[in-house]
Amino acid sequence: MKPFRYQAPGSVNAAVEAVEPMGIAGQGGAFLAGGTTLIDLMKLHVLTPPSLTDVKNLGLDTIEESDGEVRIGARVTMAQASEHPIFVERAPALSDALWKAASPQLRNVATLGGNVLQRTRCPYFRDNVSPCNKRDPGSGCAAIGGINRLLAVLGTSENCIATYAGDFANALILFDATVETRTDEGSREIAFEDLHVLPEDHPERETILGDDELITGYRFQLPDWARRSVYVKARDRESYAFALASAAVALDLDGDTIREARLGLGGVATVPWRAREAEEFLQGKTVSEDTALEAGRIAFEGAQGYEHNTFKIPLGRQVVAKAILDAARMDLSGAPNSSGTSEGAN
Amino acid sequence: MADDTMTFEATPTMDIETQDKVESAERAAENNNVGAAISRVDGPLKVTGQARYAADFAVPNPLYAHLVISTIGKGRITGIDDQAARQVKGVREIYSHANKLDEGSAKFFAAGGQAQQSWEPFAEPDVRFYGETIGLVVAETILGAREAAAELVFQYESEDPAAVIDASGVERQEMPDKAVTKGDFDSAFEAAPVKIDSDYETAPNVHNAMELFATTAHWVGDKLTVYVPSQWVKGFQIGLAEELGIDEANIEVVCPFVGGGFGGKGSLFTWVSLIAAASRDLGRPVKLYVTREQGFTTASFRAETRQSVRLAAAEDGTFQALEHTGDELTSRADNYFVNGQDATVRMYQADAIRTGLTTVHADRQTPGFMRAPAETPYFFGLESAVDEIARELSMDPVELRIKNDTMIDPVDGVPYTSRSLKECFRQGGESFGWSNYTPEIGSMNEGEWMIGWGVATATYPTQMSPCTVRIHLDVSGEARLQVASHDVGTGAYTVLTQAVADELGIPVEKVRVELGDSRLPPGTIAGGSISTASNVSAIMIACERIRQRLGLERGADNDLAAAFENFGQAGIEEYAEWNPSAAKKNATKTLYNGQVMIVGGPEEDYTAFAFGAIFSEVRINRFTHEIRVPRMTGAFAAGRIMNAKTAKSQYLGGMVWGIGHALHETAEVDPRTGAYMNDNISEYLVPVNADVPNMDAIIVPEVDDKVNPAGVKGIGEIGIVGVAASIANAVHHATGTRLRRIPIRLEDLVQA
Ligand SMILES: Cc1cc2nc3c(=O)[nH]c(=O)nc-3n(C[C@H](O)[C@H](O)[C@H](O)COP(=O)(O)OP(=O)(O)OC[C@H]3O[C@@H](n4cnc5c(N)ncnc54)[C@H](O)[C@@H]3O)c2cc1C
Ligand code: SF4
Repeated sequence: MKPFRYQAPGSVNAAVEAVEPMGIAGQGGAFLAGGTTLIDLMKLHVLTPPSLTDVKNLGLDTIEESDGEVRIGARVTMAQASEHPIFVERAPALSDALWKAASPQLRNVATLGGNVLQRTRCPYFRDNVSPCNKRDPGSGCAAIGGINRLLAVLGTSENCIATYAGDFANALILFDATVETRTDEGSREIAFEDLHVLPEDHPERETILGDDELITGYRFQLPDWARRSVYVKARDRESYAFALASAAVALDLDGDTIREARLGLGGVATVPWRAREAEEFLQGKTVSEDTALEAGRIAFEGAQGYEHNTFKIPLGRQVVAKAILDAARMDLSGAPNSSGTSEGAN
Repeated sequence: MADDTMTFEATPTMDIETQDKVESAERAAENNNVGAAISRVDGPLKVTGQARYAADFAVPNPLYAHLVISTIGKGRITGIDDQAARQVKGVREIYSHANKLDEGSAKFFAAGGQAQQSWEPFAEPDVRFYGETIGLVVAETILGAREAAAELVFQYESEDPAAVIDASGVERQEMPDKAVTKGDFDSAFEAAPVKIDSDYETAPNVHNAMELFATTAHWVGDKLTVYVPSQWVKGFQIGLAEELGIDEANIEVVCPFVGGGFGGKGSLFTWVSLIAAASRDLGRPVKLYVTREQGFTTASFRAETRQSVRLAAAEDGTFQALEHTGDELTSRADNYFVNGQDATVRMYQADAIRTGLTTVHADRQTPGFMRAPAETPYFFGLESAVDEIARELSMDPVELRIKNDTMIDPVDGVPYTSRSLKECFRQGGESFGWSNYTPEIGSMNEGEWMIGWGVATATYPTQMSPCTVRIHLDVSGEARLQVASHDVGTGAYTVLTQAVADELGIPVEKVRVELGDSRLPPGTIAGGSISTASNVSAIMIACERIRQRLGLERGADNDLAAAFENFGQAGIEEYAEWNPSAAKKNATKTLYNGQVMIVGGPEEDYTAFAFGAIFSEVRINRFTHEIRVPRMTGAFAAGRIMNAKTAKSQYLGGMVWGIGHALHETAEVDPRTGAYMNDNISEYLVPVNADVPNMDAIIVPEVDDKVNPAGVKGIGEIGIVGVAASIANAVHHATGTRLRRIPIRLEDLVQA
């Protein structure tokens, strides 16, 4: 690890004043939260920030609800959020996405600010040797033609096919959340769906955040029917593995008929992914396996596979179908937290 | 007892230590420590952090080293820019081929030496594989050493490597002298009514033991102490003496605890002599931590194989012909191979048998031992093939195996010392519930879950090596066993304690066992599942002499005080050497010379193997195609079991690893560069707790008085053997898809 300066200011104001930008907008790395992405990449010398501004003294660690709006501070940990009754009872897709992620040790320190901004697990990005446009703009992309089993099939470009590896964001995207940020010039609000940007010609840029911009929290409304939501995650082992394909689904049902559906995808796309065409297709349909599979097919229209990851297209389609069927099957009459995806442990 | 009279009494709680003591006293009275399921004697040390592993030994004022590894797959180093690296605070020295350290190379272990590979690090500017050690940075702090290493720039002239087994540019070497033949395979196969001909693939695996490869060298004058994780302290000592050009008497290799070895710590790592030589050069102790990712390429590994099995049977299922051939990847320079076909063709009776072996030399590091090195990959091939032919024959896969069971080694025509395979299938099947098996594909599915059951035979040759021990007994009834053998986490401290206690008729608390130090009488390499059989056989000789000299009777209630009174001294010590009957008379000499001599398995007038049966259930979700193993039963017969608890742990550990072998473990090599792209334990997957919900290992009783004086067969490796095939067979039963390449991953089951 390269030596760096460390500071831990005591307020949000002081933090945004003091932060020393990393140089590449949208890449993060200047603020230190749980460090489970950042310190990892610093040890690999993939990131070499000259200084880190620790957010640990900034508060921002509560989950609150007022006027029908839920607000999560950026420093709330994955563990804290995954157990919070608001999520467990009223938006199980969010708590599922969290407890099916990483390991208990990681979830205890990792924050939702850092979680949403976690970097790809593309091995060529991490090896600090191979050509990689994300790490070293213009150098090429070693993943294309290489070991790319874990990489993306949606939202890729000829310059980068790295997966957005996180889970939580794929569920948060269902609820039209707002991201609240601060810089020393003031605050702004960003639609969550606009936060991450496609790689296109600039895979080094992952979000629209400025390189000195602090996420302070997320805000969203939870419709009552968010109780009917699930997060299905297909992975190589039963716990502690990134998604090969995942789907977050929330359904507003009228009997067997879908009034409204929300669908987010993970493990398959370069950014947290909202499958709007599939949502539209589902509207007004009766729940059935065929309908669910068709929604899956639509969600993956235009997907492009590479040497080792084409399986993600049929897999993703079926994961979407399972998530829709699981959500539809949820029995919301009894216990409030009857999630349909009780398989697995973490 | 009628329900209404039932009362529940709170069981008085007894702490485990007290409980163990009480049990121990009872056992000593009955003189039956051996076989008892006593808890590990070193358990408290381990769970309280007092057990000292190689990295835990403090040395005065150490320097810290960091390895630099190559980032090309083949070529040569044309220059090194170390300007920035040398500016890093605290850097003391940077070594490479350009300023080679004063050390040489010991002989390659597979050629009778100790070293992990046959070539010397830093001897030339050549790069032979991606991730090879090409430099060593030594600094005042570990962080300084790492930072400087990151600043070092190696310039290369790079060539395209042939890094995977099917790359063009590999060199194939046929090994006809390793082939086994019996009868006329071609005509028997031709003539048989039912046959299968299938190819199988296994992936490269990396040990990834919890304990990293930390190494410390400490010189005091011309005496060197090395703390290094080792499954073979004596071999390391002898090899190091050669590499450093010093007298072996001046080297001590210390490693009382090993945090998982699995074969990965069995041969002398290339960096040990570098660290010792750097320490000699700089005049300070030097400590190295090999990082997790560096461990993927700087130590040995289990190489990938490509196999072909042709198996033919009569209509009634009697096997008539079996051919098993394999290609195994090795490095360019070293001809390492495991040749597991030699074991697979001894599993079932057949009149015509043939094996073949080809090593494939590629631009990779030299492979090495990894738990059941030969059997793990090759039993995936054989036991999958047996399942395939069972389908062809419409026979129950258990019945077919029992039908072809044999008490005579089909290759050599000699008897097995004992073979309880049928009983393993019987007891395992009963516990697993095999009688509920319905053979049709998919017939056991439930709702969203495709469910399948599969079985396989497990086996491991019973091997032994010469062994020496020293035992001291004093008048207070305290005994001490000293031997340079190892506890690699298997429970050796415990079972050797039990053996001594039993032989001398004293409680286990009175026995102290010292292992893992090259100054002790040379014991066994912790490999080949030889440790218990060999050490206990030597212990029996030493204890018998002690009993004779003191006039004690084995198993009797001896009066020790009186015996010592007669003996006229307060203590007695015996050194004993044990040679397996199949070994040459002076075989213990090889121990002192740092050579491995392992005998057993197929020998001249007998064949010795342990056997087992594995039953697996898989569940595959119809939508996510995730493959899980909710249930597995293993039943094993391995002669005398020294400790039911540690034995069960060995079996279960092997079975868990088998799940990983079947479904998770693979080192993903980029064929363009030879780089291991998943060189971390987040992406190099092994099973986690949630992947092993319900497993059981059954100890099937077996008495074998021919195999060795201890009646003990090795149990450390058999647990993993056959597991992958049992899972693949279950996947076939659930889905109808026959998968002949492991690891099996969900994409193998996703239909486009
Ligand atoms: C072995 C392993 C397995 C994992 N498995 C999963 C998994 O299955 N699913 C999953 O979703 N995740 C997984 N993760 C990723 C893990 O969830 C993330 O590393 C974690 O959530 C990041 O949070 P953090 O607080 O540690 O962030 P940090 O590492 O501290 O920061 C990450 C990034 O966010 C920036 N940042 C942090 N906070 C703020 C803020 N408030 N404002 C602006 N920028 C900020 C940092 O500068 C940095 O660029 C895994 C990680 C590991 C190491
Ligand atoms: S996929 Fe993206 S992150 Fe991976 S190597 Fe290519 S450019 Fe780099």
